Amino acid sequence: MLTYTLRRLLTAVPTLIFISFVIFLLLELAPGDPLADQPLTIPAEVRERMRTAMGLDAPAHVRYWKWLVQFVWIEPQVILDGWLGTGLAAGEERILSWQFRAPVFDIIWQRIPQTLNVVGIAYLVGVGIALPIGIVSAYRQYSWFDQIGTFVSMVGFSVPTFFTGVLFIVIFSVKLGWFPSIYDTTLRVTDWSSFLRQVSQMIMPVAVLALYNAAQISRFMRSSMLDNLNQDYVRTARAKGMAEGTVVLVHVLRNSLIPVVTVIALGVPTIFAGAIITEQVFKVNGLGQLLITAIQANDLPMVQTLAFVFAGLIITFNLVADVIYGILDPRIRYD
Amino acid sequence: MPDGAAPVLAVSGLKTVFRTRGGEIHAVNDVGFRLRPGELLGVVGESGSGKSVTMMSLLGLLPSPPAEVRAGVVLFDGRDLLKLAPEELRGVRGGGIGFIFQDPMTSLNPVFTVGFQIMEPLRRHMGLDRRRAAARAAELLDLVGIPDARARLADFPHQFSGGMRQRVMIAIALACDPRVLIADEPTTALDVTIQAQILELVRDLRRKLGMAIIWITHDLGVIAGIADRVMVMYAGQVVEEAPVAAVFANPRHPYTRALLETIPHVRGQRAPRLKVIEGQPPILLAAPAACPFRARCAHAMPRCAAENPALRAAGTGHAVACHWDAPAGREARHG
Repeated sequence: MLTYTLRRLLTAVPTLIFISFVIFLLLELAPGDPLADQPLTIPAEVRERMRTAMGLDAPAHVRYWKWLVQFVWIEPQVILDGWLGTGLAAGEERILSWQFRAPVFDIIWQRIPQTLNVVGIAYLVGVGIALPIGIVSAYRQYSWFDQIGTFVSMVGFSVPTFFTGVLFIVIFSVKLGWFPSIYDTTLRVTDWSSFLRQVSQMIMPVAVLALYNAAQISRFMRSSMLDNLNQDYVRTARAKGMAEGTVVLVHVLRNSLIPVVTVIALGVPTIFAGAIITEQVFKVNGLGQLLITAIQANDLPMVQTLAFVFAGLIITFNLVADVIYGILDPRIRYD
Repeated sequence: MPDGAAPVLAVSGLKTVFRTRGGEIHAVNDVGFRLRPGELLGVVGESGSGKSVTMMSLLGLLPSPPAEVRAGVVLFDGRDLLKLAPEELRGVRGGGIGFIFQDPMTSLNPVFTVGFQIMEPLRRHMGLDRRRAAARAAELLDLVGIPDARARLADFPHQFSGGMRQRVMIAIALACDPRVLIADEPTTALDVTIQAQILELVRDLRRKLGMAIIWITHDLGVIAGIADRVMVMYAGQVVEEAPVAAVFANPRHPYTRALLETIPHVRGQRAPRLKVIEGQPPILLAAPAACPFRARCAHAMPRCAAENPALRAAGTGHAVACHWDAPAGREARHG
């Protein structure tokens, strides 16, 4: 397993370099001018100097190489400096965002907590309610519980989050006035009342996303449980005199979780990608919103870096899913 | 075989139906039999004759719905198993009555070690702690002829061959010293040499441990080699029951005779075609009011369509459910 993981990590390196190159080329080919927002009254030579200041005068391969070096060599040093208090990256030029004129990673670190608070918790809540619902739905197939669960997941699955989000705002913010419709990032949790305000502003975005995630995962859990409930080994477990709880929650669940855990692990990168739409609806300024505004502002270093980080996360969690698969299923041995 | 001893298991009037969309399927109709201590009762019949369903009904192992045990008395240890509370019934499953299933490839849980699966009933029924259960599990594996038993407890089912897995299944079934072992076509999924080994093993275990065995099969050759008494089933009812020698020497029911005729002979002239019993078993949408075999029977007469024959005595320990009196070659006087 260890050699397999190491081998996979090594093969991921060329994949990632290739991805970064493709992202760069796509952005290079995309239309748009980072200076398009500037007033037309700026003289042409000033405009040219601004382009030089942004490094846009260098040829494409030079700019790509510079970005790559900054990403894999300088930025990790900055992180190390932050942890250890050393000065490895002192004086080095970091990846700068064109719209903020600040290092891209500093902005990303600012945005991550919002995304994790809302989207991450929504994912945990979604998984937490999806697994029991899936288990009970499968065990009591075609019962009232199962029928209602099927209906709710169908709705959660098919109605987009920008619709449920707005619907929630209309009902709970506008009509009932229970929760704020806009997520206040400046809120600092210092005491009980600010904690309650934090919770109340998280409830709606978390509920919208959790409904969507739970709908998907509970379906997976249900069908995986159904596949296993009719297996011969379940009859064997019953014939051994095992209690129903042991049969379902030990014998069947362990087998059913194998495919579901893979699906859950593969869904983790989408947390970081930040459920772009939902962040927009509730004005949560997390990573998803950062990406959207960067695209709109033609902030290429920011878009390039974020897209590459997401690609890295997807590759990492693919590997994590495979490793968990190997741990859960003894029949899978990668070595 | 002690003839007068009290039966260890006495079944009477067992009726099991399956509720389906197309109506109720009467899979087991008024089945009764007695199993004496230490006896090996062979149960034969073609696919769908209700052999397995009968045995699973005894311990409530059929999924309900769709299955429903409608009537009957199953006396084991002075208690009616059909009236036991679920918790008490679980005490009998794997405790007093052990079960072996047909397909060893799917009957063991793939994600748990063989040791865990053998130890489960030991810890549940005999209350052994982990260490003593492990010791007993190793003894059991040794008993069923698996070499290097202690080390193999940590292995997973996929690390065993088919025959070895069936030995593991037998070890599980025998874990708590059951007084009755029900083997549901335990050799059907195995190739012939492995089949012979398993038969030899069961014969040997029976000599050592002295439990009574119900052996379900459609292989009359296996029955001839291992059984004391034979019960022939057709369309969910017992059509003939007799000591093994009598069944082969002096079969009374036309179905039993037909079954015996279908066995190809090694010696003598080779038949141009294999013999078959023409026709299909009936679809049991209603409890049969007439003889279910009459459509395929060479000796059918008007009475067969009017009245379902009950079991009647036909010699010592020999009973048959047929209106036709085979030795006399005419209609039997009493139904």
